[in-house]
Amino acid sequence: MDRPAIQLSNGACPRLPKGVRLTHNEAQGGWVLLAPERVFKADAITAEILKRCTGEATLGAIVDDLAKTFAAPRERIHTDVVNLLGGLAEKKLLELD
Amino acid sequence: MTTNGASLPAPLGLLAELTHRCPLGCPYCSNPLALDKRDHELDSATWARVFREAASLGVLQVHLSGGEPAARRDLPEIVKAAHDAGLYSNLITSAVGLTPQTLSMLVDVGLDHVQISIQDSDVMSADYIAGYKGASARKHAIAREVVKLGLPLTINMVVHRANIERVESMVELALSLSASRVEIAHVQYYGWALKNRAALMPTREQVDKVVRQVELLRAKHRGRIVIDAVVPDYYARYPKPCVGGWGRRSLNVTPAGRVLPCHAAEVIPGLEFWNVREYSLVDIWRASPAFAAFRGTDWMQEPCKSCARRDQDFGGCRCQAFIIAGDARAADPVCHLSSHHALVEHLTAAREESAYSYRRF
Repeated sequence: MDRPAIQLSNGACPRLPKGVRLTHNEAQGGWVLLAPERVFKADAITAEILKRCTGEATLGAIVDDLAKTFAAPRERIHTDVVNLLGGLAEKKLLELD
Repeated sequence: MTTNGASLPAPLGLLAELTHRCPLGCPYCSNPLALDKRDHELDSATWARVFREAASLGVLQVHLSGGEPAARRDLPEIVKAAHDAGLYSNLITSAVGLTPQTLSMLVDVGLDHVQISIQDSDVMSADYIAGYKGASARKHAIAREVVKLGLPLTINMVVHRANIERVESMVELALSLSASRVEIAHVQYYGWALKNRAALMPTREQVDKVVRQVELLRAKHRGRIVIDAVVPDYYARYPKPCVGGWGRRSLNVTPAGRVLPCHAAEVIPGLEFWNVREYSLVDIWRASPAFAAFRGTDWMQEPCKSCARRDQDFGGCRCQAFIIAGDARAADPVCHLSSHHALVEHLTAAREESAYSYRRF
C-alpha cells in the first residue's frame, strides 16, 4: 500500500532542517541547496521561496509575500510553492512545523 | 582550458581520505591493497589548506572518510577546518572509534551530516562481515546519538551475496534508527572488494529481486526515508557515469596527499599523480597529468567515441576498463556494446563460497 503524498496546509511553517542549507556559490553559477551527500541546483525562484522557509512564516504568508513582491497571481504562486515544498518534504529536505 | 578548448569544469565534491587506519576488516572495502602508513598522513593544517583550495575551486561538499576517519585524534580540528572553509561536511564512518563526546564536539564545530555503515540487519552476520565482534552494537548506539544531536543520519549498507536476501529488513533497521536516508549500495569491485569478488558476487536472480523490492519499499516508505540504490553494474546494460566523468565533478585526496580523479585510479599504469605537499589543489585540478588523461571525450575509442550516450555515462569507468579488459581507454566492459562484455558475464558466474580476505592494515 503506497503512503499518501504529504499534505501542506496554509498554516504549516516550513523550514530547512539541520543539515540542509541554501547557499549562493559563484564558481557553481548560482544558488545551490546542500543536503546529505547531495547538491541541488536552485533557480532564482526556488531560492526566493526557500529563503522564506525560516520556520517562522506560515505557508500562506510566504505565498502572500511572493505574490506581492513579484506581482504575480497568487494561485499560480501557491501551486509552485506547494509543488516545490511537497517534493522537498518527501525527500526529507524540509520540515513542516 | 582543456585541450579541445572547452572550459574546465568546477568540481562539486572532495573525497578526503584522512587515514587508511580502520578497526574493521570489511572484505568489500574499496581502499587499495597497499594502504597508506600512519606516519605518511597529512596533518590537520595541510587538510585545512586543501579545504580552502577546494572551496576556491567551487567544491561544495567534503566527504570525510578513509579508512576510519574517527581514528584521527584531530578529527574535530579537521571538521572545524572544513566548516571554516565554507564546505558542507559529511562524515563517512563505521562509528567504531566514535564516542558520544567526540560526536558532540564535531557537531559543535559545524559537522553537517553523518553516514554510518551497517554490514547487515542480522547482527551476527554483520559482525562476521566486518570481521569485528560487537561492531553492530556500537554502530546502532552511535546512530542513535547522531539523531539525538539533531544531525541528519544516513545508513549505508553495502549489498553482496551474504546479505542480499535481507534488503527489506535492512531498510526497516535504518527506519528504526531514525535515518532520513538509506543507501542500498551494491558492492563495486575495486581494491579489497576486487580481491574478494568471487565471495561477494550475487546471482542475477538475487539482483533482479532487489530491484523490485526497492521499488516497493520506496512506495511503502515514501516521505519517511529516502532510499538511494547504487546498481550492481556487472549486471547492468549500460555503465555507470563513474564519478560523474573523469576530472569533472569530484576529486579524491589520499591520506598521504596524492590527488586522484577517483579512488581506484592508481590501478591504471602510466598515470602521473601530483601531491598536495608539492602543488596546490587548484594547480592539480587544472594541470595534473592524471586529471588530463581522460577528461572530456577526446581520449575515447569506439564504440564510445560516436555513442549517443557518451556525454551521459562518459564511457563508464576507466579503472574497470583496465581491470577487466586491460585497456583504460576501452569502453567499460559492463556496457553491453563493449567488445569485452563476455568477460563480465564470465565474472558474474565466477562465484565461490570461499573465506574472506579481510582488509587488514
